[in-house]
Amino acid sequence: MEKSELEAIADKERRARKPVCVSCCTAAGCLSANGGEVLEGLRAAVPADGADERIEVRAVGCMKLCSRGPLVRTQGPAGGTEKPPDEILYERVAPADTGALIRAAVNNVRAEHPAIDLSQPFFTRQKPIVLENCGRIEPERIESYIEANGYRALHLALREKAPAEVVKEITRSGLRGRGGAGFPAGVKWALVAKSPSERKYVVCNADEGDPGAFMDRSILESDPHRVLEGMAIAAYAVGASQGYIYIRGEYPLAINRLQSAIRTARRLGLLGGRIFDSPFDFNVDLRIGAGAFVCGEETALMASIEGKRGSPSPRPPYPAEHGLWGHSTLINNVETLANVAPILLHGADWFASVGTEKSKGTKVFALAGKIANTGLIEVPMGISLREIVEDIGGGIPGGRVKAVQTGGPSGGCIPAEHLDTPVDYESLASLGSIMGSGGMIVMDESNNMVDVARFFMEFCMDESCGKCIPCRAGTVQMHGLLKKICDGEATADDLALLENLCDMVKHTSLCGLGQTSPNPVLSTLRFFRHEYENLLVAEAIGT
Amino acid sequence: MKVTTLKINGQLVSASPGATVLEAARENGVEIPTLCELEGISNVGACRLCLVEIAGSPRLQPACVTEAAEEMEVQTDTERLKRYRRMTLELLFAERNHVCPVCVANGHCELQNRARENGMDHVRFPYQHPDLPVDITHDRFGVDHNRCILCTRCVRVCDEVEGAHTWDLSGRGTQSIVITDLNQPWGEADTCTTCGKCVEACPTGAIFRKGSTVCEMEHRRDRIRFITDARKKQEWNP
Ligand SMILES: Cc1cc2nc3c(=O)[nH]c(=O)nc-3n(C[C@H](O)[C@H](O)[C@H](O)COP(=O)(O)O)c2cc1C
Ligand code: SF4
Ligand code: SF4
Ligand code: SF4
Ligand code: FES
Ligand code: FES
Repeated sequence: MEKSELEAIADKERRARKPVCVSCCTAAGCLSANGGEVLEGLRAAVPADGADERIEVRAVGCMKLCSRGPLVRTQGPAGGTEKPPDEILYERVAPADTGALIRAAVNNVRAEHPAIDLSQPFFTRQKPIVLENCGRIEPERIESYIEANGYRALHLALREKAPAEVVKEITRSGLRGRGGAGFPAGVKWALVAKSPSERKYVVCNADEGDPGAFMDRSILESDPHRVLEGMAIAAYAVGASQGYIYIRGEYPLAINRLQSAIRTARRLGLLGGRIFDSPFDFNVDLRIGAGAFVCGEETALMASIEGKRGSPSPRPPYPAEHGLWGHSTLINNVETLANVAPILLHGADWFASVGTEKSKGTKVFALAGKIANTGLIEVPMGISLREIVEDIGGGIPGGRVKAVQTGGPSGGCIPAEHLDTPVDYESLASLGSIMGSGGMIVMDESNNMVDVARFFMEFCMDESCGKCIPCRAGTVQMHGLLKKICDGEATADDLALLENLCDMVKHTSLCGLGQTSPNPVLSTLRFFRHEYENLLVAEAIGT
Repeated sequence: MKVTTLKINGQLVSASPGATVLEAARENGVEIPTLCELEGISNVGACRLCLVEIAGSPRLQPACVTEAAEEMEVQTDTERLKRYRRMTLELLFAERNHVCPVCVANGHCELQNRARENGMDHVRFPYQHPDLPVDITHDRFGVDHNRCILCTRCVRVCDEVEGAHTWDLSGRGTQSIVITDLNQPWGEADTCTTCGKCVEACPTGAIFRKGSTVCEMEHRRDRIRFITDARKKQEWNP
């Protein structure tokens, strides 16, 4: 494969585009709302009378306002016409509606079907970098990705940059890990690049286990090649030739799309031996997880790839020194890797111009809870929680925001009075929460904070691997105490014991799961202590 | 031989090169409580009893898997560590069914010893009273899951020293349980060579020789170290 061949594919793809384009979401959210039949209906409705020369139906990825799916977008004749191309996003499309939508698109008119206002803040306030192709390209066709500038960054890296320059570019961009902890990606890459290990591996962490989170799934379903390209660039930069994507078995669609993406990339010579006629070889294989949350923790994940029980090991040694089968291993999250190609293409300075001093770029969130607009959003770092909740999310219809939960079972609840907090790693941490991987749940007055804490503790208890005592037995006892408080049977002594136990589990557990499991309790205690105290009884029941 | 010099509880001490903080402490007569660690097998850092404070490290570190380093300053016995250790032990006693007066290991149990040494004289958490089986299908040994603390010594010694890998873990979290072969009764586990290494290694009354009654089950835990030293260093006298 040469650059010219890449351009030829893109050209061919562009020439084949038809004036009227109807795109149907085929990501899991819409598919679960019968999007598959909608797509078939759209395809069947294209008339065979010559109009099919002018209209195409495309199976695209997530169009972000998932809660109103299945979504169908129609774009009028592009370019050259007197009217600018019209973009209409139809919501909740049923298979029976497809004929009317196609007819309207052919005639370039608006169909009699509810459409979503594309000028609302939900769309205009977003800043797509990671999701720039999401809902625009066809994830199952590599040509579509190549048309959208795909694999140019890999070419640039392999043919015009030394590995060390690539590492430097990532370091300068200020990109931090999107898997939760926010470790600087460039620093990690440099560690692996420097390792004398004669074999190295690149691992993409697609285990996404936080309850309610679907950022990584959406990326993989909507733009799988971007993650493969990011992995290949990372592998080149650190000197690896084998990559693994560890993905949870609950994501069959993402697995399918990745498998077909790997196959087609290999067929075109974009993976495999001597990529772009350089000496660089790179292969990617999938490893399917069985749905244990703890397997997202990097040492457990690597044990699982090696075929062992997925339980964490003490760090140090870190994967960069002692990773898969003892070799130096780079492990990054899906979203982290999805940022790599645009950074190389547009430069570190461009990336660093988005975001804040210490948190660069954007963050993808799965916005959920009591607000009007729920779905997938990508916002620049530093945006305030208020802008996300009130503008993008459209606020709580007829209600008031009580708190915003970020970071899932490892995070915390930020109360309404702190809604002006900027979304960056340090600010969220200073409020006792974390950026996390991107779950964001907006809560209203009907949410009982003790019960929220109890819910997350139950999750941690069920997901604890059981290796270390503080987490295995501590989560059980913390959950018991929280339940006792919720049931109105606990005394002030129980609350004090709970706080002691939280402190102990946080500081003594082996891995992040146990260490962060008290966070939902500690953060709700910090801002909503009265809700706990209101539930206490003076004397222990039965004494 | 180059030694590592470090400070443990304010005392300047030296340790053999490559020694862990735990080994450095032991070489110098400082006791750090342990449960999952056993000389002769690999360390997993799981029980968290051996956590120590290391100056400059934001996290507590398990002494059994942390290498001693030059100029390291280690605290092994602060009030905070003692509080955490007592609580860890309380959690263990509340987790399964430890009824010492009727236990085969009473008086020879590391869990019991750690509780006594660390001043754990009562348990503030409700006992979970799980309903757990006892497997006495093996000719010579038995396993009582009510006494198991999931330290995985049996798993490691069987795999690493005997090479049989009869034991493993099944389930997760508090539902974890040690199993033999593919969760068959021990007596039907073909891989078991009846070597008895797990019996010697077990810190509690969980694995026992059949026929031992209350207080009679004495584990010879130093036998494991004896075997590995004999193999690796050709040292035949303990
Ligand atoms: C219990 C637990 C679960 C985790 N789950 C995930 C996950 O699902 N996806 C992920 O990318 N990182 C997860 N992590 C973080 C990883 O251990 C690791 O830090 C991350 O993959 C590194 O990639 P990054 O630097 O690109 O963020 C988890 C950590 C813990 C402690
Ligand atoms: S903290 Fe929990 S999940 Fe992590 S090693 Fe300990 S028991 Fe396992
Ligand atoms: S195993 Fe130890 S602590 Fe448990 S009942 Fe037996 S003697 Fe007591
Ligand atoms: S049976 Fe004994 S050695 Fe095995 S895990 Fe349980 S307590 Fe440890
Ligand atoms: S899944 Fe269809 S819009 Fe997100
Ligand atoms: S002895 Fe170190 S963690 Fe158990």
